[in-house]
Order: sequence, then C-alpha cells, then structure tokens
Amino acid sequence: MANTLHIVVCAGIVPDPLQTLEPITGPTGPGLKNEMVLPAVLDPWAASALYEAASLAAKNPGSKLWLVSLGPKAKLQQVMMTVAQKAAFELVPIDGPIGGFPDAHSTAAVLAETIAALPGLERTKLLLFGGWESATRGAGVTLQLVGERLGITDQFQGVDQIDLRGDGSFEVLDRVEGGKHQVSVCAGAPAVLGWATGNLPEPRNNPQIGMANMRTIMPALQKAKAAKLEANGLRYVSVSLPKQQRTTRLVKDLTPDEIAAELVEWIGAE
Amino acid sequence: METILVLTHADETGSALSKASLEAVTAGFELSAHLKAPLTIGVLAVDASAANALASVGVRLLAVTGEAFAQARYATDAAALEALCRAANPSIVLVPGTSRFTRVAAGVAHRLGGFIDTHITALGGAESVEATRWFYRQRVEAVLSRDARPWFLVLDAGTHAAFAGEPGAAQVEQVAVQLPEIRTTVSGLRAPATDAQTIRPDAKMLFVAGAGWTKKQPDGLIHAAEAGELILGFLRATGASLGSSKSLVDQGGEGEPVLPFLTHMNQIGQTGSTPRHAKGLSTCCHGEEPHVVGWRFIGDRRAISLDPNCGWTRGKADVVYIADAFPVMARVNSLLEAKK
Repeated sequence: MANTLHIVVCAGIVPDPLQTLEPITGPTGPGLKNEMVLPAVLDPWAASALYEAASLAAKNPGSKLWLVSLGPKAKLQQVMMTVAQKAAFELVPIDGPIGGFPDAHSTAAVLAETIAALPGLERTKLLLFGGWESATRGAGVTLQLVGERLGITDQFQGVDQIDLRGDGSFEVLDRVEGGKHQVSVCAGAPAVLGWATGNLPEPRNNPQIGMANMRTIMPALQKAKAAKLEANGLRYVSVSLPKQQRTTRLVKDLTPDEIAAELVEWIGAE
Repeated sequence: METILVLTHADETGSALSKASLEAVTAGFELSAHLKAPLTIGVLAVDASAANALASVGVRLLAVTGEAFAQARYATDAAALEALCRAANPSIVLVPGTSRFTRVAAGVAHRLGGFIDTHITALGGAESVEATRWFYRQRVEAVLSRDARPWFLVLDAGTHAAFAGEPGAAQVEQVAVQLPEIRTTVSGLRAPATDAQTIRPDAKMLFVAGAGWTKKQPDGLIHAAEAGELILGFLRATGASLGSSKSLVDQGGEGEPVLPFLTHMNQIGQTGSTPRHAKGLSTCCHGEEPHVVGWRFIGDRRAISLDPNCGWTRGKADVVYIADAFPVMARVNSLLEAKK
C-alpha cells in the first residue's frame, strides 16, 4: 500500500568543488573572495537527499516534494537551471546570504519558520530531508535544529537508505563508525533524515521536468522572502587557508622493485 | 566564571567508555586547568560501571543509565543529555565527535537555549575560549569564539589523547530522565555487503585507491580483478584502512568496471570522510580530493602516480613516485608477505 508523503528537502548552494577558494574578511564578517561570481552547485549531500526524496515521492502517488533553499536569489536561479531538470519539486526560495560562515542556529530558525508556514503541509506526513553536513559550514547541525524547532524527535543522520513499509513505518540505515550502518525502524512520519550519499545515481537531465519546474520556480524566485541571519554572538578570530605546504620529493628514476623496497621500509617505520 | 561539562558515552561493548569520550575527558581537564573552571563529567550508559575508567578523576560524575540507552536513538539520547546538562548547569559543554553524539548534540543545545559548534580540532584563547575548525570541507581554517552560553563544542576524534586514569569503582550521581514516547526501535548494526571490512578507523595507514586502477593498462585491457587482488592483499598485509576517490566509487553506478568491495562509505574528500591516520599512501589518484581534502589529517603522505605534473600532489604529498602502481604494489605485497 502506498503512503502519501510530504517531503521537504533543505538544500543550500555551494561553490563548485573545483573552484579555488580564498577567504576574505569584509565589513559583515568572513566570506570568500569573488563568492558571488564563483560557479555554484547544489550542496552534494543535500542533492543526494533530493534524488532520494524524488524517488520516494514517485513511488508513493499523491506525495508532494518541496525544495527549501536559502541563498542569494541570483545564485539560486543559476543553480536551479540545472537542478530543475533532475527531479520534480516545488521550490521554496529564501533570499539570504551565501556561504559557510553565517551562524547555523539563525539559518535553522529561518528554515523552520519557512517550513512551518508551507501551505498544505501536513506534519503527520512530513519527512524532513537534507544533507547530513553541508559542503560549506560542514557542521551537521542545521537539520537537527530545524527538526527540534518543528518538534520532531525521530531524527537520523548519515542516512544511506530508507525502506518505506505499507503501514507507514520505515527502516533506516544510517552511518556509524567503522564503515557500518545502524539499522532502525521508525513508526512513521514525522521524521528528520540527514542524508549521506544514499544509493541512487544522479538522475539524467530531463528537459520536460525542467520546463515544468521552471514554470513555478521563476515566480517563486521573484516572490522569495528576504532573510537576515543573526550572528548569535558568533565571532571569527581568524579565517585563513591552511599554511602547511609540504616539500614534495618527486621520485622519477626508480624501478618498481626499488620503489617497493622504499615503501615497505616506510610502512614498517614507526 | 565558566563551568565545564564533558559528555561521554559507553562504547559498543557497553562496559567501557568510547575512546572519543576519553579524549573529550582529556580536553575537559586541559580546558578546566586553563580557565580555572570547575569540571563535571556526564556519562550515558546502560550501567554506571562503564564509567570505571574515570574512578580516579576527582571531579563530579553524573550518569544517566538504563536499558533505554543501550543503543543510539535521537529521542532517548537527547532526553538523557538534556538531563545531564540541566543537572550540571554548565556554560561550556564538551562533546566527543562520535556518530552517537554528533547526531543529537545540536538538538540538546537548542533545548537548553544554547549554541553549538562542531568538528572542533583545537581549543585555545587567552581571555576567552577560542575554537578551531575547518570550513568548506577542510579547505579553509577558522578560529571562532562565542559570547552566548551554554556553548556546546563537539570535538573531532583524534585531536586529544585518550584519558588514562587508574580504573576502579567510579562514584557517580544518578540523574533521572523522563523518557519521551519512543517511536524508533534500533535493531542493531549492519556492515556493508563487501568481501571484507575495509574501513578501519584505528589503522595506522590509509590506502587510497583512485580511478586509475580500473582504467586501461599498457596492454590495452582493463585489469579490475587484478587491481582488486592487489589492493585487498595490501590491506591484509598491513591492516590499512581503504579510502577511495569519488570517481572510482561512482563508476559502479555508471556501468564501468568496479572494485566490488568499494562503497560510498570508503569515499574520502568533498562528499566523503576526512579520516585521521598516521600515514597515507595514494595510488592512481588524479585530482584534488585525495590529496587536499581527504588527506587533511593524514600525517605522512606518499603517492604513486603516472603523472609527474599532477598539481594536486605538489606541496600536498611528502613523496610522489612516478610509476605504474600495478607492478609496484605487486612487489610491495610480495615483500610484505616475505617479511611475515
């Protein structure tokens, strides 16, 4: 028996991982040099959450999928041009600052307030998805805080798999130490699931889904509410690139036997 | 004046504290001495005897115990930690960065009206507490501070030595917890379906396999099976942990040859882990992930690569061998075998 789900995916945007990052300090605090012109992508782990959510929604007819994203409108629009072709969703954009340095508690407060106000959202059907950590702040706390603010006390982080059952309960596999998963069974929604990589590949671009999404995305972007994030007493003493630069020894002229001997000696050394 | 609480929990056996918890205890003593602040230690376990390693600490010990806390579960763990925090009333809470506590600490901080920062790699500061952590997946380092209290600081594992005191019968104060409705049942742990467990967080060495292992070799053929044997042979001989680049793990989903024992759990870098090991050997990797992000906390780094101009290894690895990894690793394995 299919379940009707209301899945909300929280996903930020991050600089393309291939970009060189240089921190700078401006009047409002730390940031990245040329941050607004760096190519951006949907946060990788949150993207996994979106693909899993889309798959789950497709398997459960009548389900609904929202993508809640906080970032500068212009950057959100740029990223959505690609993301919109991969899964059907309703975008809920929040016009706010970009980057990893704003306080996670403020971010969570804005996200929770936005989610609580989503028209038609039924909390008894709510699965709150997101990445278990972002590729910017990487704190792994925002989704937890949103869950707490929404009063959800069934939370799972580092999720790689969810198996929904006919009665609405579901089995979750979330990562623990040593390359293992903890296996839990939750009675059902509402629940928070912070995704790791999951098991699904990135969907291929589908222009038809993209066109359907863009009809609602552009008006949503135009109406996006602006959010100001409080610092909550967070103060940056320094922000810098790692200084450690190693002197690399390039070994070009050794035979495999000689390299192997050197490596074995190195492996055995304390 | 600051007051410090260190939160700890039992390990998988249930009879001792986890290593990361003991590391947090060390951090607590260091910070307590630095700030001249009183220290309390909170323990979460089935039985208070798990705290016996702390018998000699000479500070207040609080414990939440019971069968409900045998396994990690958000609802019960959050209630337990909230109770410990309310009993200790700290201004600073140090939390070990275990999977169990990282998934619940932020919720507890919120319940107490506090704030949290995670993945802390160092604590310092003269007048106030300053915490060091990384942003952008270990590419930017920052030192931060907060005025707001209580302030939860989740410490990365491996950043402090584990506390080693004289064991005995620890005297703990039991803290009562009002259990919430339990809607989640934990049925246990499951290892990934692989031929061998290749992720070993306590190993001295990390072996990183890149996508080059499953590319065409000089004879024009792909030797994925041979690559798998060489890698597993090395892991068996050395006890090393296996990491992989994203491109190699992703190949499985794209229909290309794969190493069957690799999963996303092995992945290091932007969308993987950043493990801590004393040594790291990277093979057949061409990109930023293994050498910059995934290796941030690897002490001594060597690489085998065919590309003498690989910009990512320069300044990141200590030694780069320009060679084909297949014959080198075959020879390494036979030398290691002969040494046994």
